Amino acid sequence: MELTVWTYEGPPHVGAIRIANSMNGVHFVLHAPQGDTYADLLFTMIERNKKRPPVTYTTFQARDLSGDTAEIFKVAARDAAERFKPQALLVGSSCTAELIQDDPGGLAKTMGLNVPVVALELPSYQKKENWGAAETFYRLVRAFAGGAGKPDVAPEQASCNILGPSSLGFRNRDDILEVKKIVEALGIRINTIAPLGASPADLARIPEAHFNIVLYPEIADNAARWLKRSFGQEMVAIAPIGVGATQDFIAAVAAAAGVEVPASLTADGAERLSWYSRSIDSNYLTGKRVFIFGDATHAVAAARIATEELGFKVCGLGTYSREFARDVREAAAKYGVEALISDNHLDVEDAIIAAQPELVLGTQMERHAAKRLRVPCAVISSPVHVQDFPARYSPQMGFEGANVIFDSWVHPLMMGLEEHLLQMFRGDFEFHDDAGSSHLGHGHGAAAGETDTTADEAESTQPIHAEPAAAAVPGEPSWTSDAERELRKIPFFVRGKARRNTESYAVQNGLNPITIETLYDAKAHFGR
Amino acid sequence: MTVVYSAPVPAKTCAPETAERREVLKQRGQHEVFCGLTSIMWLHRKMQDAFFLIVGSRTCAHLMQSAAGVMIFAEPRFATAIIDERDLAGMADMNDELDKVVNRLLTRRPDIKLLVLVGSCPSEVIKLDLPRAASRLNGEHSPVCRVMAYSGSGIETTFTQGEDNFLEALVADMPAEAANAPASLIVVGALGDVVEDQMMRVFNGLGVGPVRFLPSRSSTTLPPVGPNTRFILAQPWVGTCAQALERRGAKRISAPFPLGEEGSTAWYRAISDSFGVAEARFDAITAPGRERARRAVERYRPVLEGKSVFLFPDSQLEPSLARFLSRELSTSIIEIGTPYLNREVVGAELAMMPDSVRVSEGQDVERQIDRVEQDNPDLIICGMGLGNPFEAEGRSTKWSIEFVFTPIQGYEQAGDLAELIARPLMRRALLKVGT
Repeated sequence: MELTVWTYEGPPHVGAIRIANSMNGVHFVLHAPQGDTYADLLFTMIERNKKRPPVTYTTFQARDLSGDTAEIFKVAARDAAERFKPQALLVGSSCTAELIQDDPGGLAKTMGLNVPVVALELPSYQKKENWGAAETFYRLVRAFAGGAGKPDVAPEQASCNILGPSSLGFRNRDDILEVKKIVEALGIRINTIAPLGASPADLARIPEAHFNIVLYPEIADNAARWLKRSFGQEMVAIAPIGVGATQDFIAAVAAAAGVEVPASLTADGAERLSWYSRSIDSNYLTGKRVFIFGDATHAVAAARIATEELGFKVCGLGTYSREFARDVREAAAKYGVEALISDNHLDVEDAIIAAQPELVLGTQMERHAAKRLRVPCAVISSPVHVQDFPARYSPQMGFEGANVIFDSWVHPLMMGLEEHLLQMFRGDFEFHDDAGSSHLGHGHGAAAGETDTTADEAESTQPIHAEPAAAAVPGEPSWTSDAERELRKIPFFVRGKARRNTESYAVQNGLNPITIETLYDAKAHFGR
Repeated sequence: MTVVYSAPVPAKTCAPETAERREVLKQRGQHEVFCGLTSIMWLHRKMQDAFFLIVGSRTCAHLMQSAAGVMIFAEPRFATAIIDERDLAGMADMNDELDKVVNRLLTRRPDIKLLVLVGSCPSEVIKLDLPRAASRLNGEHSPVCRVMAYSGSGIETTFTQGEDNFLEALVADMPAEAANAPASLIVVGALGDVVEDQMMRVFNGLGVGPVRFLPSRSSTTLPPVGPNTRFILAQPWVGTCAQALERRGAKRISAPFPLGEEGSTAWYRAISDSFGVAEARFDAITAPGRERARRAVERYRPVLEGKSVFLFPDSQLEPSLARFLSRELSTSIIEIGTPYLNREVVGAELAMMPDSVRVSEGQDVERQIDRVEQDNPDLIICGMGLGNPFEAEGRSTKWSIEFVFTPIQGYEQAGDLAELIARPLMRRALLKVGT
C-alpha cells in the first residue's frame, strides 16, 4: 500500500483508452464500475476533443455483484458492436473488474461477434498508464499486422512508419507535422502513422514499410521491437527534440532509408535556437541551474538541450517511467548528477528543494511544486493539463520544436539586463526582488507568486530561497547579523545558492560564525 | 416595480405522494456520472480539520486529480492509499499496511483532527473492513486525531451520495442534545460559507434558533442531536443522513430545496411554520430577499423563457433545478435525468412540474443521447464528459458540476443561478466565430 496525493500516471486501462481514442474504427468495451467514466473528461475537457472517446463502460454496481456481471459485460459488448460498428473491438477490465475475474476476453470470444476482438490483460495493481498504452498498441499491431508473412516491400522508394504519437501525448499533435516535414524532405514515403489517426487496416499495412521511426518509446517500443523481430524492420528511436537531436535524427533516418540529406534541410537558419542562444543577450543563461523531471523521452532530451544548446547546468534529472530508468540513469551520469527514478511527487519535490534550481523543467506536478517554491518552471512532459494543449502551433520536435523550446524555457526566467539592474539597485521601491520580472506582468514574478495564486496556495508557498531565521543550528555555523544583511543584498534567485555555498565553505574551513569576510571568501572560492 | 411572475402553488400543499404517480424511465446501461469519492472535492474544503484518505486503486487517485486538478493547487487534504499486488496476494497484511500509511500521514500532517478512511470499489470488492480498521486506529490516535470510515465507492454511490454517506457516519459521532434543550435546527448538506452566513441572518431575523449546520466547518463542533432537534435538508442528496438523524430522534422538516425565490421562500416557510414564527414576521423578514431574488432572476428571463431544457443525471439537484427553471424562468423541461430518485426528498419538487416532463432515473447514456437527438433541446445540462461533444454538434450545454461548486442557494444567489444557466446561451449569441 502506497500513500499518494498526486500520480504521474493513471491506471493501465487509461493507457488503453488513449490508444483507442487515438485511432479510427477501434472501440473499447471496458468492464468497470460506475464512476470509471471520469476518464472521458481527460479527452473531452483536457484535450478538448469534439467526440467522446470510443469506450463503453459496463457500469456494474454492488447489487450486480451477487448476480451476473458477466452477462452485463456481454450485453454491453453486443450493444457496442452493433451501435458503433467498429473494425476492431478491444475488451478489458479496470481495476475493480480485475478483482471479480469475469474474463472479458474469454467472454467476448465466445459471443460470435462479427468483429475482430483484441483482448487486453491490464494488471491494474502492478502496472500503469504508459505500460497499458504500450501493451494495447502492441496487441493491436500484433493482431492486425501479424496475420501474413513478411510482405514484399517495394524497393523503388524508401518508406517508413511513424510510431508512438497518441492522444493525450505531450504536444504529439504538432510533433507529427514537424517529423513529417523532415521525413518528406528526405524523400521518404510515410507508409503509416500510428496510433494517432490510424485504423486497424492501417496497422495491417505497417509491415509494408522499410523501417520504423519510434517517436515515443513509452508507447511504441514494444510494438516496434516485435515488428523488428517479425519483419526485420529497423528502428530509429531518436526523439528529435532539440537541435542536436534533430540533426542526429535526420542522419539516422537518412541512413536507415539509404538516402542523402539535402543540404537545405540542415542549412544555417533552419532553426533559430542556435543563434538566439549565441546572441549576447543569452549570456545570462550561462550556468543556470536546471532541474529536469518527466517521462524518459522528454527528460533525457531536455537534459541535452539544457546542457549543449542553452548552456545551463543540469542539477537534477529524473523520470517516473521506471520502464526506461536505464536510459535516464545513463544520461544523468553524463551530466554528473544522480538520476531520480520515482513516481512519488513528494520525493521529487524534496529533490527540487535539495538541488536549489533556478529553473524547473517538469510535468504538471513539478509546475505546482515550483510554484509553491517560487522557482520559474516550464512544462516539458506528460502528465498534462488543459494549458498544455495550446491553440497555437507549438511542437517540441524538429527545428520548429527547438524554437518553441527556446521561447518557453527562457520566458519564465529573469531577462538579462533586468537581472543586472536588480543586482545594482535592490532598494528601488517599485523595482525589487519581490516585484518579479517586468515582462511577466504585474505580480507575476517568480518572487511575487502568480496572480492566480489562491489563498491556500499563498499560505503554503515556501520560497525555495527563503531566508531561514538566523538562529544557530547546533553543529552548523551561524551568521553574524552583518553577514546576514550582506547576504540579503544578493538577489533572491542566487541567494539560496550563495547561502549554501557559504555555509559549506564555513564548515569545510571550520569557520564560525559566518562574517562578511566568510561570505566573500566563499564567493571567491566557488565563483558564481 | 413590475415583475412578471406566476404565483406558485404553495409548496406545503404538494404532498410527496403526488409524484408517485409519475412514470419514471429506468434504463440500464452506461452511467456517465462520477462515483461518490468525488464529493471529497468539496468536503475536504468544508471541514477544514479533516483529512480524507481513500483506500483504493490508482484509478481512484487518478480520478481525484483529473476531476480536482482543475481547481486544487495547494496540497489537498485528501490522498489515496493505493492497494498493490503485494496486498492482494496476501504478501502484506493490509491492516498493517494501512496502519503504516496512516502513521506516515499523521506524522506529516499533525494538524489533522479527523481522519476519514474512505472505501472505494476495490476495497469493497475485497471486503476490506474499513469501519473496523477505523475503530482500531481510533483507539491508537484518539483523542489527538479521531478516525472514522465511510464508503464512497462507485459500486454503491454516485457523486453526491458520497457526502450522504460521510454525513451519515458523522451522525453517530454527534453529541446527544440535553433532554430539556429548547428546539434547535440542523441544516443538512454542505453549503458555501457565504450561503450559511446569509441563512443565519434570516434565521436570526425570524427568531429561529439555535441553528447549526451539518457538515460543520470543524470536526470538533458537530451539532448536538436529540428529540428536540429538528432538521431540514439544504441539499437533495442527504437522504440516508436524514434517516440517521431520525433514528437519533430528530424531526424532519420537509420542503422544496432553497433554489430560486420560490424554493427559498417555501424552505424558510416550512422552518418558520415548524418553529411557530408569526406570518407578519415571516413576511417582514423575507420580503426584501424575495423582492431582490425576483428582480435578479427576472434579468435572465428574456434569455431563458420558452427555451427547452434537457437535464442529464449528475448530482440529484436536477428535479430542483428543473422546478426553478420551469416556474421562475418559464423554460420548458423535456427530461429530468437524475442518478437516484428519492421520492421522499424530491417528491414535492416533481409535484410542481407538468405531467409532460419526462423523469428518468439511472442511465443508459447512449439511449439518453439518442433522445437528445430526437428532442433537440435548446439547452442541455450535463457532466464534463459530455459537454464538449454536444457543443461540437452545435448544441448549448451547461456543466452540471458547477451547481455543486457554486453558491446557488437562497435569495441572494437566485440571480447567480439564473445567470449560470443563461450564460451558455448568452455566450453563443455573442460569438461570431465557429458554429
